Amino acid sequence: MSQRVPAAQAAPAVSAPQQRRRRGLLRIYLTPKQAIPGRARLTLGIGSFVVILAAWQVASVIISNPLFVPSPVQVWRAWVDAIQHRHFLDDVAWSAFRIIAGFLIAAVMAVPLGLLMGSFEVVRAFFQPPINFIRYMPASAFIPLLLLLIGLGENEKLMIIWIGVFFQLVLMVMDIAHRVPDEMLNVAYTLGASRWTVFYKVFLPATFPEVVDALRITMGWAWTYLIVAEIVAAERGIGSFILISERFLRSDRIIAAIITIGLLGLITDYAIAAIHRAAFPYVEKVHR
Amino acid sequence: MSEIRLIDVAMQYVTHKAQVRALDRISLTVPDGQFACIVGPSGCGKSTLLMVAAGLVTPSEGEVLVDGKPATAPGADRGMVFQSYSLYPWLSVRRNIEFGMEIKRTPRTERQLRSGELIHLMKLDGFAEAYPKALSGGMKQRAAIARALANDPQVLLMDEPFGALDAQTRQIMQEMLTDLWQRFRKTVLFVTHDIDEAIFLGDVIYVMTNRPGRIRTTLRVDLPRPRTFDMVGGPHFAQLRNQVVGIIHEESLKAVESELARA
Repeated sequence: MSQRVPAAQAAPAVSAPQQRRRRGLLRIYLTPKQAIPGRARLTLGIGSFVVILAAWQVASVIISNPLFVPSPVQVWRAWVDAIQHRHFLDDVAWSAFRIIAGFLIAAVMAVPLGLLMGSFEVVRAFFQPPINFIRYMPASAFIPLLLLLIGLGENEKLMIIWIGVFFQLVLMVMDIAHRVPDEMLNVAYTLGASRWTVFYKVFLPATFPEVVDALRITMGWAWTYLIVAEIVAAERGIGSFILISERFLRSDRIIAAIITIGLLGLITDYAIAAIHRAAFPYVEKVHR
Repeated sequence: MSEIRLIDVAMQYVTHKAQVRALDRISLTVPDGQFACIVGPSGCGKSTLLMVAAGLVTPSEGEVLVDGKPATAPGADRGMVFQSYSLYPWLSVRRNIEFGMEIKRTPRTERQLRSGELIHLMKLDGFAEAYPKALSGGMKQRAAIARALANDPQVLLMDEPFGALDAQTRQIMQEMLTDLWQRFRKTVLFVTHDIDEAIFLGDVIYVMTNRPGRIRTTLRVDLPRPRTFDMVGGPHFAQLRNQVVGIIHEESLKAVESELARA
């Protein structure tokens, strides 16, 4: 970092080889779309967190009002305290259970329907218009309605996640299925395959890797809808923990809970990505 | 005996603007063991013709006969090789090649024997268990050809199979294919826009007209077999090439003019 002083400022003092070296560094780091050394990438990635934490710490010192800006240390203490004395991990478990259950129900329904819509014009013509329409209704807007209709039990939470995930996922899977190249299927026909064989031996496996990717992406959205549902009405869960903390003016706990959600999201994302790598070793990697 | 015969095949479809006639009453017969090439200007419908021959597209008029029997649906008797290789990325090279035999439930030992032979023949040794992503373009197409041959089809249909390869690789592949044909003597219908390729490989060349695609000329290639690469420089080759180039040039001009007329 220290080598990258503005050239004009340092120019008169440096010798020719040094100048060449500096231009070399600029070329390495500031050429559009060129890879940078792996160590530099790691340093920059960690560095950004350090910068954020430092800025946060400075802001908390300047403002010096723990309600508005609790310091990083304070948030860390609140987090430890919440786990030790406030059964925060139970809340995490409740949220995780709802996410997994709601997401699984949505995925189990959306993936087969999406595949059918992507491969059969008949199915697509029937389902696509209403799904396209409902997709634009925000899942959170359904919360009051669902509270009226089915009350504030677990079903309401699962239903919200389902609404938030199902309609998006169906359309994503449909697109994936639709993109399977015709020639892949045609080759199988000319090798003597029946339509059914083409469907399960060529069409389905051709969609799998991208479907898992779509699951990874929609999983992130599920978290948003769950927390909204829990904030509106729930006895347990990370969302309700946030709501209760707000009543007691504990912004440190709120921030700790939000960071926890981020971490959980990151972990699931990495887990699904790892499964993807293990299950589909044949996929050509586009990025890194 | 395995001949393929197209009788009065015509193809038309309706777009939102007009009725398009893509193929106009095409008849041709490829007798047993002949290597027939179709060349023509781009957009003349030669790929559509091959799709019809494969049974993947139903013609508006006419029919396809394999050994005298009507062939209306695709089947293992007409193997096809596409320009885009279309290997299955989730299967190893060996399992790609065995795909047709797997469908037919050929016994495992026989399957492996046959795929092993073809892997060696197509110079894919050492890549049997590799996924297609590890192969170069030329190797992918060799694997795709092996997959079609493994099924022992009566007729081999090839749709610009070397069109996506660089010039050097294409040449090597043409030599490999002609050696392969010398060995198996399959009935082949081969579509290309590369005139040298058609002359080098074919016994017969059908030159197609601009849309609506018709067969304008049939040329016999009387170069001796087996074909070798040094023939490409010879005077007889040059003469045939000039003939075909002239016809295609004329047809391509017509295509440009008709585009202008429409505009």
